[in-house]
Amino acid sequence: MARLITNYLTPLLIFFLLLIAWLSLAYGSTSVGVFDGLIAWFNNEQTEAALIIGEIRLPRTLLALIVGAALGISGAALQGLLRNPLAEPGLVGASQGAALGAATVFYYGVFAGLGTLATAVAGLLGAGAALLFMLLLAGSGRPALVIMAGLAISTVAGAALAVVLNFAPNPYAMQELVFWLMGSVSNRGLDSLIILFPALIIGGALILSQRHLLAALSLGEQVAESMGLSVKKGSRITVLGAACLVGSSVSVAGAIGFVGLLVPHMLRPFVGHRPDKLLIPAALLGAILVCLADIAVRGMPLGRELKLGVLTSLIGAPFFVWLVWKERKRWL
Amino acid sequence: MALITVNNLTVEQRLKAVSLKLHRGELVGLIGANGAGKSTLLHAVAGLQKSSGSIKIDGNPINSIPPHERARIVGIQPQAVSSAWALTVADIVALGRMPWGDEDEAAIERAIERAGISEFRDRIIDQLSGGERARVWLARVLAGEPQLLLSDEPIASLDIHYQLAVMEVLKNYSREDNGVIVAIHDLSLAARFCDRLCLLDKGELIALGTPAEVLTETLLSRAYGVPVDIDLEREPPVVLPK
Repeated sequence: MARLITNYLTPLLIFFLLLIAWLSLAYGSTSVGVFDGLIAWFNNEQTEAALIIGEIRLPRTLLALIVGAALGISGAALQGLLRNPLAEPGLVGASQGAALGAATVFYYGVFAGLGTLATAVAGLLGAGAALLFMLLLAGSGRPALVIMAGLAISTVAGAALAVVLNFAPNPYAMQELVFWLMGSVSNRGLDSLIILFPALIIGGALILSQRHLLAALSLGEQVAESMGLSVKKGSRITVLGAACLVGSSVSVAGAIGFVGLLVPHMLRPFVGHRPDKLLIPAALLGAILVCLADIAVRGMPLGRELKLGVLTSLIGAPFFVWLVWKERKRWL
Repeated sequence: MALITVNNLTVEQRLKAVSLKLHRGELVGLIGANGAGKSTLLHAVAGLQKSSGSIKIDGNPINSIPPHERARIVGIQPQAVSSAWALTVADIVALGRMPWGDEDEAAIERAIERAGISEFRDRIIDQLSGGERARVWLARVLAGEPQLLLSDEPIASLDIHYQLAVMEVLKNYSREDNGVIVAIHDLSLAARFCDRLCLLDKGELIALGTPAEVLTETLLSRAYGVPVDIDLEREPPVVLPK
């Protein structure tokens, strides 16, 4: 069984991804034919089915898939780059950096010239700056240092975020931001994909271009360097790719935590623990999980909506505790 | 022509104007006390360490060779390698093909054969003993089939069985028209396996020659600061602190 999954991992994941996407389009309070709805929407018909599928469920589904893919692949890339199974966009400061960037745009209208792209660009800059500071502070890929540096940068970004909120012109800023940070893919139009989709392609391509480096880094920086690879340049490209992915995801969907941590761990046994072979499957499984979590959120009883990011944290946080426990057993 | 010619190689505070030559088919042992500059010298030759002076491979300055091509010619097995992930032995050896950008089955097979690790090629690296791992790290470098192999203390912390096994592998590899430089602390094994020895003391090269020329009481007590007992006539030769 395990061998079968190993051999057909990517096709299997693609199959499940399509299945979940279909489920996500079909699932909701009103039952609508997915095909009919899609076709009607493509033809610009103003039917109920076209509106529900095309305007509500399609953006939500695509958004969940893209955000999940972005978080999954960046988690896999960061873990490979830092040689650290605990690395995750949220734990190395990238998410908080992105939130800080996006919030600054929200409330002070920085980069107003960029229009709707402003939050995404700010998120990207925030995530990139946070990752760079984290790498500078940690000085190496040593697990304990990376986590400490990530914590430090997250704290700094958190403090700066508090300042931004404190002086926000809008009195409801705090509440808005807290809700937004809980992460959600609902009520976002298709236009948010204009930012996310290119970011996924560019960020994914940057990360995939460094897959050999990630593989070589399994044996450490010296070995990678001795095999003719530039660790410095490659690390920067990988970090830039991850920043691109995390920054744009957070700026559109808020913080959806632990996906980047969880996904690589679930897949590692099926790719022989190879960091280079982990990337594409991590993107696919990330997409599947976030879309699945979003379906679960939609399935909850009406009333106060459970935010998507809250659900992924509820699932992911105990897993993080378990990882620390496992790591502890190695040392005690 | 010499495979590698090192001239006045200097690394600030660690290596002072070291010059040496190595020919194909030669196994040269790098000896000296801790901190004498053995690793620094190996790293500088492999291009992992900034240095001044000149290093030529087959007469071409190493700086004129692009990194990936240099990596095809010079392979280094650093000290204390470890794998961050639970990779299989075969996957680790295959990483050695990276400078070539291929996964040449035949070369990987030869490396596994040379290092004598075929029986655990499908095992996970974490499950192997220190001695078995040492040969896997060596096989990784061998898979790249470098003309110059640099090995940094490959037998430190190995039992005597594996010490001999690893030294045999290095010796045999040098006999296939390749150059090998090995940093080594065990002077008896250095005398037994190496064609020439290079003795470093506080970053300076103080002797270069056959084991008989380098392993003398004066030179060794100068380099290590302790009196030594040397019997190179014995089979195998013995060099021990008094």
